[in-house]
Amino acid sequence: MSAPSSDWSFEPLKRRVFRSPSDTALSLLIFALLAYGLFVTVNWAFFNAVWSAGDAALCSEAEGACWSVIDARHRLILFGLYPYELHWRSTLACAAIIATVVLSCLPFFWTTRRLTGLWIAGFGTYYALMEGSMIGLQQVTTDQWGGLSLTLFLFSSVVLIGMPMGLGLALARRSRLPIISRGVAVLIDFIRSLPLLTTLFTAAVVVPILLPSWLQGDKIWRVILAFSLFFACYQAEVFRGGFQAVHKGQTEAGRALGLRPWQILSLVLLPQVFRHALPGTINMVVMTFKETAIVIIIGLFDILASANAAFGTGEWAPYYMEVYAFVGLIYWVFIFSLGQYGAYLERRMAVVSH
Amino acid sequence: MTEPMPIRKTNPKDILVQSVFLVIVVVLIASAIASARTNLNAMGISSGFGFLDRSTGWSYSFSLVERSIDDPYRWTLFVGFLNTLFLGVISIILATLLGFAVGAARDARNFALNSMATLFVQIFRNIPLILQLVFWYAILIHMPGPRQAMSFLDLAFLSNRGLYTPALNLPPIASLTAFAFAIGSIVVVAKAVQSGFAKRFLIWLAANILLLAALVLFSGAGDSAVFSIPALKGLRFTGGITIPVELVAMIIAIVLYGAAYIAEVVKGGLRAVPKGLIEAGRSLGLSERTIWFKITMPMALRSIVPPLGNQWIFLMKATTIGVAIGFSDLFMIVSTSITQSGQTLELIGILMAAFLLINFSLAQMINLLNSRLQLVTN
Repeated sequence: MSAPSSDWSFEPLKRRVFRSPSDTALSLLIFALLAYGLFVTVNWAFFNAVWSAGDAALCSEAEGACWSVIDARHRLILFGLYPYELHWRSTLACAAIIATVVLSCLPFFWTTRRLTGLWIAGFGTYYALMEGSMIGLQQVTTDQWGGLSLTLFLFSSVVLIGMPMGLGLALARRSRLPIISRGVAVLIDFIRSLPLLTTLFTAAVVVPILLPSWLQGDKIWRVILAFSLFFACYQAEVFRGGFQAVHKGQTEAGRALGLRPWQILSLVLLPQVFRHALPGTINMVVMTFKETAIVIIIGLFDILASANAAFGTGEWAPYYMEVYAFVGLIYWVFIFSLGQYGAYLERRMAVVSH
Repeated sequence: MTEPMPIRKTNPKDILVQSVFLVIVVVLIASAIASARTNLNAMGISSGFGFLDRSTGWSYSFSLVERSIDDPYRWTLFVGFLNTLFLGVISIILATLLGFAVGAARDARNFALNSMATLFVQIFRNIPLILQLVFWYAILIHMPGPRQAMSFLDLAFLSNRGLYTPALNLPPIASLTAFAFAIGSIVVVAKAVQSGFAKRFLIWLAANILLLAALVLFSGAGDSAVFSIPALKGLRFTGGITIPVELVAMIIAIVLYGAAYIAEVVKGGLRAVPKGLIEAGRSLGLSERTIWFKITMPMALRSIVPPLGNQWIFLMKATTIGVAIGFSDLFMIVSTSITQSGQTLELIGILMAAFLLINFSLAQMINLLNSRLQLVTN
């Protein structure tokens, strides 16, 4: 892509604020509005807020935010109904997932083998810590997982299962065998034109009817598999775009060198496809993290459900705004930083391809 | 090689692989049907669409048309379908208008305007839609009651029961006809002016504003025969129309979230306009405004419309989260019907068919728009 056409991005700031009388008036009006908004927010969140720990009674007279509710309820919001004295395990488990995501952003890990190894290690650490029985700790079953740790669990397992599934679907759709490529194309288009909620709801409610009882498994795993299928259908299109970006001559050159078809795929095509698909993939990962919030409707106890529970009891009921602000901030920090990183990569790759 | 295109002989291995694939698919479907039969028999549910004629016996939050708890399932499902369409269309229109405004501001030269638009996009795009929805809903249901309702120029009121706005004091059919007539006349006027999309858009906008102004002027004169404005009578409002809080929260959440995404699409389209075209306009001595409406926007629209269409389809699908706050869209009606009647497979089939229908029609409309746009600008 070409450089942005707006040539005024680098103009001196003074000219971008006070170019003409009407510009000046508009600027002053907007700055006044922004300043007022900032003033109200800061007053609510900091100066008039109650910070002291303890009971809700202190908050009833305050004009600002009542952060005591976060102090009293943050364990519930972050870890759900996980046994209280084992919270160190869910803390470490969440840290493992966050570290995995952060490390994936380093160019050092950008080979298929390293990235796969990193994600399996990160997810394995998470699962071993949360579940416990595999490393000789007290066992905690998935129905007790909740809050942020459940959200991260859904997110990481969907990405881990959905990514190879997406690659498989993309390859099947490129297949020269018409029945396979058409069949997969119909599946991808079908899932993509349904709302995610419909897919998850089908997995939670309808699939038990279609499967014999020994195959049904836990609801959480059915939802994760359906979510992964949804992710894979979108990711397959991202990969397909990547395949289209690789010149056809590359395959022919590989064939001329006498490489086998799978060698052409894994040594010539895929490394380039992954690179081309990177911005779209990051976009999908960010989308997935955002969309996990929807599982509250299926009845899973994710961070939004635990937030609702946090102010659900009598004394904290008036402080819903603080709880939502806290949860919103957690989401925002994750999604904003990943999104900025994706935009940075896209810019960097645009420069390289010139 | 004498042949220009080598014709591939069908490889026996290929046929084998595809047959195995087909057999696996058929076996999977057959076993799913078989176990569905056993499971449904065990639950004592007979499959089929006969339940559609039974009356539901339960109520729900919102409907555009007459309804009662004695309605049969077919009518209740239709109401849900209407609600989804209604909410989707309103949200798409408002989100597109707001998104274009914010997107243009994202590309504006004025630094203050630019920063405000960036702030808007970064806030509303980076928080899950469902979290925004429950947030707005929580704020709305904690608003004061009708007696202390928030007033906007004494024309519209906002309380914890909903938004009260002025309305045409006509039977619904007459209102709909008037609305269709207004839209039609605008289209005719726009068609008459064959001078590019931007001007038509402006005329359309101006006509809408005029219509709105006329509405406000008329109703400002008091309760007339044609217009009715809401007024507090005792404990509740009479006159006008009441938009329930669930719908208000849905519209606010979807419009803000959708507008943030559409703004990025619009910004991208504006930035993709070749710089040379704008410089050519400048060297012809065109004013900045003329350049924006006659060169930048028509060029940008070509690259805006395809991703914009994806956003529209996304917003349509996003209406399903209404169940989180009890807005009776199609998904909520279907899931309630499933718990009440047990006809899971039939109902989920109806839900999927409805969404395939909506999204397919929407995609066709977008394709049409896209091809029209290419013709107009060429």
